[in-house]
Amino acid sequence: MGSGLLCITRKNPIASALWLVVTLFALAALFVLLDAQFIAVLQVLVYAGAIMVLFLFVIMLLNLGRPGPTDIKGPLGLLGATVLAGALLLLLRPLGQAPLPAEIQLPPGTVAALQQQRGMVGAVATPLFDTYLVPFEIASVLLLTAIVGAVVLAKRKL
Amino acid sequence: MLLSPALAISAVLFTLGVAGVLLRRNAIVIFMCVELMLNAVNLTFVALAQSLGLGGQVFVFFVMAVAAAEAAVGLAIILAVYRHKQSVSLQNMNLLKDG
Repeated sequence: MGSGLLCITRKNPIASALWLVVTLFALAALFVLLDAQFIAVLQVLVYAGAIMVLFLFVIMLLNLGRPGPTDIKGPLGLLGATVLAGALLLLLRPLGQAPLPAEIQLPPGTVAALQQQRGMVGAVATPLFDTYLVPFEIASVLLLTAIVGAVVLAKRKL
Repeated sequence: MLLSPALAISAVLFTLGVAGVLLRRNAIVIFMCVELMLNAVNLTFVALAQSLGLGGQVFVFFVMAVAAAEAAVGLAIILAVYRHKQSVSLQNMNLLKDG
């Protein structure tokens, strides 16, 4: 949480990106605590590994690391952001405290039993290739589109 | 069960992401704040998957795929704009087409 705050307040974009990496690692630790080891590994590999390297690469390519004028908005912007963010937090907070309706909850221990039976990866992979097969294929098409789109946009001349 | 604290942390992280988007002018930092919001939602999915079934963890997988695609295309757009304007500040990105 503290690292997230630092991430949005650092003047230097590189410092900001590195604090975001710290936040992502802390989130991976939280995923382990929540019995989602596979997702935690994915978080470290995909986010902290691939996406943040992409961010740092672009920051350094554009030579933004040098000290310059801050891009943080003035006192008026700070006040507006604080007020709006506070209002949003007040709206979101009751959602976390509301009790879950009993009829949609699985009996306690179901997920743990599933993970015991199929293993950590298998418990996620089986529904992924079974119930969610069509979204999975659509995601692959989306990634292909993103690759082509990124190449086309970043190319100087087609 | 860690459900309630996890949801609280998720709410705070999402709020920090929104505050960052409102506070900063650097397009790359705003992108990183969007990633922070996506991660807050991922945390909610994982926390609720504990009691509502593993569909939530599968959905985190899809969110990560979409985030990767978004980061790649978004950074390519920022590169293209930087070549054009020599700046990544959002104050200078007020035209869809140069007049």
